[in-house]
Amino acid sequence: MMKKTLQILSGNEALALGAYHSGVQVAAAYPGTPSTEILENLARFKDIYAEWSTNEKVAMEVAMGAAYTGARAMASMKHVGLNVASDPFMAASYTGIIGGLVIVCADDPQIHSSQNEQDNRHYARMAKIPMLEPTDSQDGYDLMGYAFDISEEFDTPVLLRTTTRISHSKSVVDVSRKRVVKNPQPAFHFNQQKYVMLPVYALPRHALMEKRILKLAEYSETFPLNQITWGKRDLGIVTSGVAYQYAREVFPEASFLKLGMSWPLPEKMIKEFTAGVERLIVIEELDPFLEQNIKSMGIEVTGKEFIPLVGELNTQIVTDSSSGAGLLPESEKILDPASGLPRRPPLLCPGCPHTGIYFVLNSLGQRSKLLESKDNGPQEPKLIITGDIGCYTLGALPPLGVLDTTACMGAGIGQALGMERAGVKSKVVAIIGDSTFMHSGITGLVDAVYNQGHITILILDNRTTAMTGHQEHPGTGISAQGEETFAVDIESLVRGIGVNDVKVVNAFDLKALRNGVKDSLDRPEVSVIIVRGSCAMLIRKRANPRKVDIEKCTQCNYCLGLGCPAIQSVDGQVFIEPTLCAGDICTICEQLCPQKAISA
Amino acid sequence: MSNGKKMEKIDLLVTGVGGQGVVLASDIIGETALAAGFDVKKTDTLGMAQRGGSVVSHVRLAPKVWSPLIKDGSVDLILAFEKLEAARWSHFLRPGGITITNNYEQPPLSVSLGQEVYPTDDVIAAALRRQTDQVYFVDGTGRVKELGNVRTLNIFMLGCFSVFSPLEAATWRESITRRMPENIREINLTAFEMGRKEIESVRIGKS
Ligand SMILES: Cc1ncc(C[n+]2csc(CCOP(=O)(O)OP(=O)(O)O)c2C)c(N)n1
Repeated sequence: MMKKTLQILSGNEALALGAYHSGVQVAAAYPGTPSTEILENLARFKDIYAEWSTNEKVAMEVAMGAAYTGARAMASMKHVGLNVASDPFMAASYTGIIGGLVIVCADDPQIHSSQNEQDNRHYARMAKIPMLEPTDSQDGYDLMGYAFDISEEFDTPVLLRTTTRISHSKSVVDVSRKRVVKNPQPAFHFNQQKYVMLPVYALPRHALMEKRILKLAEYSETFPLNQITWGKRDLGIVTSGVAYQYAREVFPEASFLKLGMSWPLPEKMIKEFTAGVERLIVIEELDPFLEQNIKSMGIEVTGKEFIPLVGELNTQIVTDSSSGAGLLPESEKILDPASGLPRRPPLLCPGCPHTGIYFVLNSLGQRSKLLESKDNGPQEPKLIITGDIGCYTLGALPPLGVLDTTACMGAGIGQALGMERAGVKSKVVAIIGDSTFMHSGITGLVDAVYNQGHITILILDNRTTAMTGHQEHPGTGISAQGEETFAVDIESLVRGIGVNDVKVVNAFDLKALRNGVKDSLDRPEVSVIIVRGSCAMLIRKRANPRKVDIEKCTQCNYCLGLGCPAIQSVDGQVFIEPTLCAGDICTICEQLCPQKAISA
Repeated sequence: MSNGKKMEKIDLLVTGVGGQGVVLASDIIGETALAAGFDVKKTDTLGMAQRGGSVVSHVRLAPKVWSPLIKDGSVDLILAFEKLEAARWSHFLRPGGITITNNYEQPPLSVSLGQEVYPTDDVIAAALRRQTDQVYFVDGTGRVKELGNVRTLNIFMLGCFSVFSPLEAATWRESITRRMPENIREINLTAFEMGRKEIESVRIGKS
């Protein structure tokens, strides 16, 4: 027997190591919680190619191209990333591959750090491809090996679906496999019927997909990580993903069918399991995916009648909902959370380059008034601010209260143009981060220029992808593997698109920001302001924290309107916490204090 | 358990504010427990990244662990790096559990803005005492300031916890040594010892 090499790994670390040991040669991703660490971990191996792609669609295409040459390839992304990548994702299902192609998508039940909690298992069914779901880090490591093999054997991309709780939980993994590269010299072979999806070639490929999924269904009957564990026969539970762990803990004596491969489903195995138990239930997070598909086999089963559709599960929820359904005795009374405690939502950091421009927009747009009277019926903002996704989305919350919309990455520019063209009387500003601009803002800007919008676009260029933990992007000039590379210059890019009015403004100069925004708002054209200042978390220097002179301070609390975590107030007196203040790199509070009471 | 004797399982919540080193501390607990032969699961709940928000790590050690999340009302020990955060998770504690709280207040923004009030020490202690009288407060922030590096708070708190854990002090020291870069290794090992002493004296003071 091989010696066990035990490590404690997060789901994402296990997936990365599993892929590495399975011989992955090309890995592409765009960051997104909870998937980001998969590529971060892979990028450390210098014997593979790993890249941060501009967005998920490009990542999918890069991986697809590599797989066409016989290399093993992977694309990883968060759940909504698969929406962006869905076009090449469907195409990959049609063409199939040569080298194994694994697509990892990380869903976010409970919306810990996303804009929705869509259930991506539906994508596997739509694309007619196999889907694997780990229940812990060991499964993640093991499934990665199967994923590449299945992909090559059945000429199909494989979807490996994880969730926040799997990706970000650590558990013990035996990592005794060694890296093997099956095809060290990739080559592309001419085959138009396979790769050129003209109607004449695509229709036969569809027929092949239908055959393929039937073969895969047969394979799933013997797939080693589809497992029946017989316990007491009065209750049988079908489950997958992290829900398996909750169910095992809550029902230690029941019989279990754990599905490591949750599409296509092993119908014979499910029927065998059903025949062996008195009552069949499904415990799964989000949609009744397994439940409805099992029902369509003509099997009587329940699940979502009592297991919630919304949010992530845990043992408490599974216990409570199961007692509600009479599967368990009345659950014990548990304590309520202590009442009346102040919340502690995430904030923009001290020294954040987004704070200054948000303060300016708050005052120009009289946003505080909007926040105060939000219960007094419809109000039209004086300045409509369409938003996007990144750290700057946090500025939607009080005290800054700056955003009017946040939908999905890149949406703000198109929305701004739509509002303006619909004929609103207010001026419209779109805000977008540098990484998001590269991801999906450029096409919106092209649209606004082409269609002669009168909108102002603020590109908040903090030189990084901050929200997801500071990944490089095409504007930073550093690759995912830490090498210096070409840096796409946002200013020339914007000018090249045809924007005539482009300003670059220092993110820590309040006066310049204010003048810049006012000037742009008055222009009858698309105007772009690049607000530039490094993310404070990337700058170690913390010289000269600011102090409040109590003699001069009149307690107007103007500075508290910044929402800076370093500026605190105890018993009505404002002070600046020196261990938090970013000091010389920022000075925004010093610039805005009407009494000049703040200095180094 | 209250005597620091061996036990079969520990379900632990480590909590604090983003930036206090909660995640690293809970990582070290997991690694140490694995080295001592436990099955381990741990999971962090960070909300939107770490931007100064409330952070909680669930850490579970047992011969076999299923769920990474601990059930409400069954936490054996809460290790809190900030007072308000101790109170926030107090309902997770099992009857007779233990709480170790850094006696340190970091007001949330809503408190600074005067929209909400920070709970008094009495309110916090009462929340914790709903389930147990093993409620310990330590002056972690004060002690590590004296030591000269506030960033060692998490390892100081680990020291406090280690006294209640079934793992040997030497095993703890090994994992801290393994995890810490050389330039801050010694100071962290000192913080760990200080934490152990601090909780011992707080405990004796109580009984
Ligand atoms: C399609 C999609 N991919 C990824 C994400 C995750 N995500 C949220 S914001 C963001 C980028 C933030 O970078 P940037 O725009 O530069 O703003 P910053 O956080 O640096 O302020 C990412 C990758 C997402 N929400 N949607």
